[in-house]
Amino acid sequence: MTPLLRLTDVCVDIGRKRLLDGIGLTLDRGQVLGLVGESGSGKSLTALAIAGLLPLIGGKVTGGAIHFDGMDLTAIGEARLRSLRGKRFGFVMQNPMTALDAVQRIGEQIDIVSRLHLGLSAQAARLRTLDLMAQLRIAEPSAVAEAYPHQLSGGMKQRIVIAMALAGDPELIIADEPTTALDVTVQAQIIQILTRLSRDRGLALLLITHDMGVVAQVCDRVAVLYAGRIAEERAVEPIFEAPSHPYTAALIGCIPRDGMAPGSLHGIPGAVPVSGRYPSGCRFNPRCTHAADLCRQERPALRALPSGGSVACHFAKAETS
Amino acid sequence: MTLSRHLTVLRTILRRPGGAIAGAWLACVVLAALFAPLLTPYAYDAQVLKEAFQPSSASHLLGTDEFGRDLLTRLIYGARTSLSVSSISILISVVCGMTLGAAAGYFGGSFDRMVTTVVDLSWSFPEILIALMLVAIIGPGTSGTMAAIAVAYLAQFARLTRAQIMTLKSETFIEAAQSLGASHGHILFRHLVPNALAPVLVSAMLATGDAIILEATLGFFGLGAQPPLPSWGSMMSSGSALLFKAPWIIIFPGLAVAVTVVAINLFGDALIAALDIKDQVRRGK
Amino acid sequence: MTQALLQVEGLTKQFHAGGGLFARQRSMTAVRAVDLTINRAEVVGVVGESGCGKSTLARLVMRLIEPTSGRVRLDGTDITALSPKTLRAARRRMAMVFQDPYSSLDPRYSIADILAEPFVVQSRRMPARTVETMLETVGLPQTMATQYPHQLSGGQRQRIGIARALVLQPEFIVLDEPTASLDVSIQAQIIELLSSLRDRFGLTYLFISHDLGLVRYFCNRIVVMYLGAVCEILPDPKSAPRHPYTSALLASNFSPDPAARRTLAPLAGEIPSPFNLPSGCAFAGRCPRVTDICRMQQPPLVAEGGHAVACFNPL
Repeated sequence: MTPLLRLTDVCVDIGRKRLLDGIGLTLDRGQVLGLVGESGSGKSLTALAIAGLLPLIGGKVTGGAIHFDGMDLTAIGEARLRSLRGKRFGFVMQNPMTALDAVQRIGEQIDIVSRLHLGLSAQAARLRTLDLMAQLRIAEPSAVAEAYPHQLSGGMKQRIVIAMALAGDPELIIADEPTTALDVTVQAQIIQILTRLSRDRGLALLLITHDMGVVAQVCDRVAVLYAGRIAEERAVEPIFEAPSHPYTAALIGCIPRDGMAPGSLHGIPGAVPVSGRYPSGCRFNPRCTHAADLCRQERPALRALPSGGSVACHFAKAETS
Repeated sequence: MTLSRHLTVLRTILRRPGGAIAGAWLACVVLAALFAPLLTPYAYDAQVLKEAFQPSSASHLLGTDEFGRDLLTRLIYGARTSLSVSSISILISVVCGMTLGAAAGYFGGSFDRMVTTVVDLSWSFPEILIALMLVAIIGPGTSGTMAAIAVAYLAQFARLTRAQIMTLKSETFIEAAQSLGASHGHILFRHLVPNALAPVLVSAMLATGDAIILEATLGFFGLGAQPPLPSWGSMMSSGSALLFKAPWIIIFPGLAVAVTVVAINLFGDALIAALDIKDQVRRGK
Repeated sequence: MTQALLQVEGLTKQFHAGGGLFARQRSMTAVRAVDLTINRAEVVGVVGESGCGKSTLARLVMRLIEPTSGRVRLDGTDITALSPKTLRAARRRMAMVFQDPYSSLDPRYSIADILAEPFVVQSRRMPARTVETMLETVGLPQTMATQYPHQLSGGQRQRIGIARALVLQPEFIVLDEPTASLDVSIQAQIIELLSSLRDRFGLTYLFISHDLGLVRYFCNRIVVMYLGAVCEILPDPKSAPRHPYTSALLASNFSPDPAARRTLAPLAGEIPSPFNLPSGCAFAGRCPRVTDICRMQQPPLVAEGGHAVACFNPL
C-alpha cells in the first residue's frame, strides 16, 4: 500500500537561495510524524511546501515530488490544490490568535469549513461544529460558538483552530508548533487531543516542533532536519535510545532530564548557518564533535539503517548502499 | 546610527528616480539660497525704472519686475527668505513639539492630559487660521511669520513624538536601563528621543514643504517679509495685479514654490521608504 | 553557615484596570503576600504559568515597579524604602537579565556602548579593557564590540544581556526567563554559561521560568506560584511535590524518553481570570483533590523542614 503522504527529494528555492535540499518523508494514516530541528532548519517551509502555500512567501518547489494519496501536489495546479486544502488536509498554526477572524463568531468560522468542503446546509454544518467542539472537550459548545475570539483563552482558541482543521474531515493534519504559544498544562491538553484524534480517526499527523520532549511522548516516527536537509529519519524509540546522527544526539542532550548531574547539559556550540552560507560537505560539520576532513569535503548521502529509517552521516553505522 | 547606515539610506533614496531628481532640485535651491550674493549679478533692491517689465533676455534671464529689478536675483533671494523662514520655524516647532510630546508621553498623568487636550484642540483648526491669528497679534514681518508657522505646526510634532515615546517606553531596553539605575534624563535623552527621532525628522521635512506654502500665503497677503526684502509669496502678490501685462512676474515664483514643495514631498517619501518608517510617520497624522 | 542575601516579606502588588468615565475600576492582585529568602550563592527558581505573577515578582524584587505592600531586603538593606539616590547606588549590587534578547538591547548603540552604559548610568569610570574582558567572559569574540545588536543572533544577544548584567560586578541577578525565546540548543548553552558564571563569581540567582524541567535541573530550591500566590516551596529540586498543582505541572512536562511514555492525564480547564478569583484556594476549580474547605478558605503556606505547601489536602 502506498503511504498517504510521500515527499521524494523535494527542493525549495526562494529567489536564488536553496532552502530545502532533497527532503524525503513518508507518513501513513493513523501515524504521527514529528518534524524537528532548530529554527532555520526548514521545518515550517516543509509544511508550506506540502500545502502548496510557498508562493505566499515567494518560494517555489524546484525539484522532487510531493505525493498525497497518489497525486503529485507539485503538478496538479493551484485550482485543484485549493480544493484539497481544508478538505483533505487541515492546518493548525503556531499562533491561534492570528488564525481566527476577530470580527466573526467562533461557530460561523467553523461552520464555513464544512459548508464549503462537505456541502452541508447551514443547520447541518452547525450540528457538525457543535459535535466537533464536544469531541475536543470544549465545555458548553453552543455558548462558545456564539462567542468572539477575544473572549476565549489561548488554549480554547487553539482548540477552535483544531476544530476548523477537522471540520472538512481531512485525512492529514499539519500542525506547526501548535503548543508553543500556550501554557504548560494547556500544552499537555492540546497534545493529548491531537494524538487521540490520530489514533481514533486514523488521521495522519505531521507535527512540527522544536521540543524533543513532545516528540518522545507522542510521535511514532521522527524526521530531524538540519539546515534544509534531513539528518536522520527513524522510528521514535530507537532514535532516542541510540541516535545515529550527532545532531540528533546533540538535540536530545539539550533537554534537562530527571537525575541529570549539574554541568551535563550540553548545548550545541555555534548556530544554524544562515541560508545561502552553508558550509561545504556535511552542513553540520562546524558544530559537530565528530567532524573529520571527510565531513568538510563530501556531502553525506542519506543511507538506510539496519534497524529501519535512514541517516545522513559519514560515521553512522549504516548499511552501505 | 553609523556613517555607513547613513550612506546606505542615501543610496536607497537616490536609486529611486523621484528621490534622485527631487534631491538634485533641493540641493540646487539650498545652494542658491546659501550663496545668493555670489550667484546674482544684480542687487535684489536695485531699481532701474526704465528697464521695468522686460521679458526674459540675455541680461535678465527671467526678465524684470515693475521696478526694473532682476527677477532671477529676486527669486534667488526669495528662496533665501522662504527657505530660512520655513526651516527655522519648523526647527523651532520640532524642538518645542518634541519637548512637549516627549515629556507628556514619558511622564504621563495630568501633564499628559493637559498637553493632549491643547494639542487636540489646536489640531481642529487649520494651520493658516492659527498663523493668521498669531501674525495679527505679533505683527507682520519675518519674525512674526516664523512664530506663526512654528506654533501652527507644533501640535503635529508633539503628537507624533508622544506616540513614539509611548511605544518605545514599553521596550525592554528601557526597563533594562531602569534596572541599572538610569535617571529619567538618561532614559529620555539616551534611549527614547534618539529612537523617536527618525520619523519626527522626516515629518518635519514634509512639514517644511507645507511651511513654504504657508509662508508664501502670508507673504501674498503682505504679512510676511516686508519690502524691499523679496519672498516668493510677496513676489507673487505684486505679480498678481500684472498677470496680463507681465505674467512672468507671478509665474516664476509660483513655479519655484510648486516645484520645491513637490520635490520636498518626493524626497520625504523616498526617505520614509528608505528608513522603513511608514507606520510611525502616519501615527502622528 | 548559609547566610540570607535576599529577603522578601509579605510582598504584594495590586494592579488597577479601567476606571475611566464609563468603566468600573477593577483591581487584580498580581502578587499576593509572598515571603521568600534566598541565601548567598543559591539559585532559587520561581516557576508557574502565565498570570502566576512570577514576572511581577521579579520586577518588584528589582524595584522596577513599586509594591502595594511588603518589603525586599538585599543584604539587610530595605530596597523598597530607599530614596532614588541611594537606590541607584544599591543597584550596583543587583542586576537583571530579560526574556526578550531582541528588545532588551537598544538598536542604536554598539555592543561596546551597551556594555559601557552601566558605568555611564552610575557615573563611574569604566576600567580599561572592560568591554573586551566582558565579551570574553560570556564567550563572544572581541570583534563584536563594534557591532550592533541587529547583527547578532538571539543567543549572542542574550550573552550581551548577561554581560551587561555582570559588568558592575553585582552579587545578585534576577533572570527573567532568559532562555524562553531561544532554541533548545542555545538554551542549553546559556544555562551552562549562567551556571559557570555563578561558580566563578559566587553569584546568587533568582531564576524565573515556566519550564519545571529546566528549573529542576538548574536550581537549588523551587518556588511554585499559581495566580499570584506561592503554593509550594520545594527545598530540593528532587523533592516529591506535595501540592496537586506542582504535581500537575510535573506531569505536563514531556520527558525526552519514549520509554517513559505515559498516558497523559492533563489538568482540566485553564487558569481563571485574575480579576475574579474564587474566594478559597485559587486552584480549587481545577484541582483533582478539591474538598469543601478549599472553596471557602485560602490555604496557608505551612512549612515543614524547609518544604512549604499551601494546601488543605496535600499529597
